[in-house]
Amino acid sequence: MKLLRLAPENTKFPFMRFRRVSYPFSAVLSIVAVALFLVIGMNFGIDFSGGTMMEVKAKSGSADLSYIRDLSSHLGLGDLEVQGFGTPADASIRFGMQPGGDAAQQAAVEKVKQALGESYDFRAISVVGPRVSSELVQQGTLGVVISIIAVLAYLWFRFEWQFALAAITATMHDLLLTVGFFSITQLEFNTTSIAAILTIVGYSLNETVVVLDRIRENMRKYKKMPTDELIDLSINAVLPRTLMTATTVFLALLSLVIFGGHVIRSFSLAMMWGIFVATYSSIFICSPTLIYLGLRNEGRPVSDEVTGVGGKTGARPLSGV
Amino acid sequence: MMRYAPWKIALTLAATLMAVLICVPSMIGPDNRAKLAQFLPSWLPPNAIVLGLDLQGGAHLLYEVDRADIIHTMVGNLRDDLRRELREEKIPISGGVGMSARGVQVRIPDADARARITPKLYNLVRLSAGPGGSGLDVSDTGDGLLKLTLTDAAIKNKIAHAVEQTIEVLNRRVNGLGTTEPNIQREGSDRILVEVPGLKDTDRLKDIVGTTAKLEFRLVAEPGYNPGDVDLLDQTDQPGQLPVEKQVMVQGEDLTDAQPGFDQRTGEPVVNFRFNIRGGQRFGQVTSANVGRPFAIVLDNKVISAPRILGPITGGSGQISGRFTVEQANNLAILLRAGALPAKLTIVEERTVGPGLGQDSIDAGKRAAYWAAALVLTYMLITYGVFGVFANLALMIHISFIFAALVLLRATLTLPGIAGIVLTIGMAVDSNVLIYERIREESHAGRSLISALDAGFKRAFATIVDSNVTMFVVAAILYFLGSGPVRGFAVSLALGILTTIVTAVTMTRMMIALWYRHARPTRLPI
Repeated sequence: MKLLRLAPENTKFPFMRFRRVSYPFSAVLSIVAVALFLVIGMNFGIDFSGGTMMEVKAKSGSADLSYIRDLSSHLGLGDLEVQGFGTPADASIRFGMQPGGDAAQQAAVEKVKQALGESYDFRAISVVGPRVSSELVQQGTLGVVISIIAVLAYLWFRFEWQFALAAITATMHDLLLTVGFFSITQLEFNTTSIAAILTIVGYSLNETVVVLDRIRENMRKYKKMPTDELIDLSINAVLPRTLMTATTVFLALLSLVIFGGHVIRSFSLAMMWGIFVATYSSIFICSPTLIYLGLRNEGRPVSDEVTGVGGKTGARPLSGV
Repeated sequence: MMRYAPWKIALTLAATLMAVLICVPSMIGPDNRAKLAQFLPSWLPPNAIVLGLDLQGGAHLLYEVDRADIIHTMVGNLRDDLRRELREEKIPISGGVGMSARGVQVRIPDADARARITPKLYNLVRLSAGPGGSGLDVSDTGDGLLKLTLTDAAIKNKIAHAVEQTIEVLNRRVNGLGTTEPNIQREGSDRILVEVPGLKDTDRLKDIVGTTAKLEFRLVAEPGYNPGDVDLLDQTDQPGQLPVEKQVMVQGEDLTDAQPGFDQRTGEPVVNFRFNIRGGQRFGQVTSANVGRPFAIVLDNKVISAPRILGPITGGSGQISGRFTVEQANNLAILLRAGALPAKLTIVEERTVGPGLGQDSIDAGKRAAYWAAALVLTYMLITYGVFGVFANLALMIHISFIFAALVLLRATLTLPGIAGIVLTIGMAVDSNVLIYERIREESHAGRSLISALDAGFKRAFATIVDSNVTMFVVAAILYFLGSGPVRGFAVSLALGILTTIVTAVTMTRMMIALWYRHARPTRLPI
C-alpha cells in the first residue's frame, strides 16, 4: 500500500534564512494585534462584562427578531443585542448590566420573559452580576499569568536560559496573535475563551519543546556544525511530525467547528487559529530567537576539540546581524 | 524491547476490558442501564457518567447572603440586649441608646455605674467558635460615652453561621420541591451555590430559594393608635397598607408543620399549620384576649391576610388563607416547614440551561466526536498503514480510558469537556507520530529494523514527556482557577494527557512487539 506523506523525505529547507522576513513580519503582526485590541477591543461576553444572555426559540414559526429588538425601547434595558443563529426559530438576546446591583439584573430578566410571554421557549438564561464578573476577570487574568509563570519555571528548570526565553517569545507571539484574532473577528470572549487561550499556550509550548528538544539533542551530536545549519537540520528532522500533528489536531477541531454547536464555536475557531500560529511560531519565531540570543554551538566546553580549530570551523559568529 | 511477558499483555488486555465495561452504562439509555445492572457483576460500578448542567439542563444559581442585613440585625439585637442589661442592673443613662453602622453607643454619666457595667457588656456578644471571648470592643470615649463596636471576628462568625443555617434551610426547601440530586454548597465566605439538574421551572426554584419566609402573627392596630408602635405594611391580596402593631405575638419558628389544603367552606387553597407547645399556648392566649380583632399574618413584612379572630383558638393549629393559587399554597407550605432564612439572599450569578438545549449540545458534541474520530483514524491509517492501525487501536483504548476515568472519579462531563476529549483525539496521536517519525529517521540513518524500532521509542519518549508536562501544567491551572464547564474541560484534558502516555507509548509498543514476533517483517512498513 502506498502511504501518504505530507512532507517529502529528507527535506532541507533553509528555515533560518527566513528569519529576516519572519521576524519583522511577526513583529508587525503582533503590533497590529495589540493595536486592534486597544482600538477595537474585544467583544467581551457577559462573563466578563456582566449582564444577561438569553437563548430563546419560537414555539412556532421563526423568531421575530425585529419585534424582539423593539423591546429595548419599551423595556428601557439599554442596548438589546438580538441575533439569530442555528435554525430560524432561534435567537439570542443580550443586554448589559442594569444599574442597581444584583437584584436589578433579575428584574430585567423577568421583564423580558413577560414581554416575550407564551410564544417563546427560554432555552438558556445566564445572568452575571457586577461582582461575579469582576471576579471572573481577575480569575481569568490570574489564570493566564500563573500558567505563563508555571510554564516558564518548568522551561527554565528543563532547558538552558536561551531555550526558555525563545519558547516564551514564541508563546507570547501566539498569545498576542490570538488576542488580535479575537479583536478582529469580534468572536465573543468569555471564560471558555480563556480556556482556549491557555490551551493554545499549552499547544504552542508543546510544539516549541519538540523543536527545542531536537536542537538540544543535535547540539550534543554535531558539535562543530554552525548554529543556523544545526537549527535547520533539527527543524527539517521534526517537520514531518509537526505537519502530521498539526493536521490531526486541525481535523479534530474542524469537526468541532462544523458539528460542535454554537455554544463552543468561538472556542473551536480560536483553537484552530491557535494551532496554526503555534506551528508557525515554533519554526519561524522560536528557533531564530535562539540565534538572536547568541546561542553558540561551540560555546559549551568540548573535550575532544582543540580550541583554536573549534574557533575556525564550528564557530562562525552568529549574532544574527 | 520486542519481548513481553504474557502476564503484562494479559494485564493490558484486562485493563482495556475493564475500561470498556465501565463505559458501557453511559453509552446506553437509563432503561437499558437498569436491565444491564442485573447481568453485570456487582463490583462493577453501574454508574453512568455525570453530565454537567450545560448538558443535562438545570439551574445553577449563586446566591450571596446580605452582609448589610446581617450586620443590621446584629446591631439591632445588640441594642435590645444592652437596654435589657441596663434595665436589669438599674444603670441610669442620659439620652437613649444610639445605633451606628457597626455598633451602639450609650451615655452613662455616673462613673461608678459605668465601671460596674463595663465588664458585663463584653458578655453581650460572645464568639462561639474557637477560644471564644468577646465579640465586642467597648471603648470609653470620656465624658461618660460608651461605644460598643462589633468586632470583625464577631461579624465573620455570624455570617458563617448564617450561611450554614441557610444551607440547612435551603436543603429542606429544595428537597420539598421533589427534584433529584440538588447540590447546595458553600462558596467562599458568604456565598451559596444552588445547583438543581434537570429542572424545568426555574422561576419556582427561585421563588422557593429566594424568599426569606419570616412569618409573624401580629395584631392589626385599633383606631387611635400611637404611630410609634405601629408599622404600615403592604398587603399581598389587596392594595393599600395596613397598620400593624410592632409587637410580634407568635413567630414562624414556633410552627411544627405546615401543609397545603383547601378551605372546607370556600374550597379555596389554604395552608394548614400546627404550632409547638409554646406557640400553641401563646396563640391561645392572644386569641382569647383579642376576640373580634383582626389578626395579621405577616410574611416578610407583607400582610398575607388579616382574618378577624372569631373566638379563642386553643387547639394549637390554624389555617392561613390569602387568595392563593394551589401552587402558591404549596410553596408557602414548603417555606414554612423548612423555616425562615437568617438573612436575605441575592442572586449574583445565574446560569440556566433548558433540557432541550442540553440535549442539542450532547448531540452536537457526539457528532463532532464521531467525525473527529473518523477523520483522524482514516488519516492515521493512510499515513502509517499497519502502524496506523496500532495507533488507532491505542487511540480507541485511550478514549475509553478517559471515559472510564471520568466515571470512576465521578467527574462531571460538560460541553467544553467534550471539546477537550475531541481535542485529545487530535493530540493523542501526537505521541504515536513522534515515535513513528523517529523510527523512520533512525531507519533512514541506517539502523536495522529492530534497532530503529527500539531507538525510536526510547528517544521519542523524553520529548513526549516534555511536551505533555507543559500541557498538563496548563490543565491543572485551568482546573484550579476555572469554574463549572471550564473545569470539565481541564479534567478531560488532564486525563487525556495522563492516559496518552499509557496507551500511545506502552500499548503501541506492545502491539508492535507482537506484530514483529508474528509477522517477521524484514523492512519498516512506514
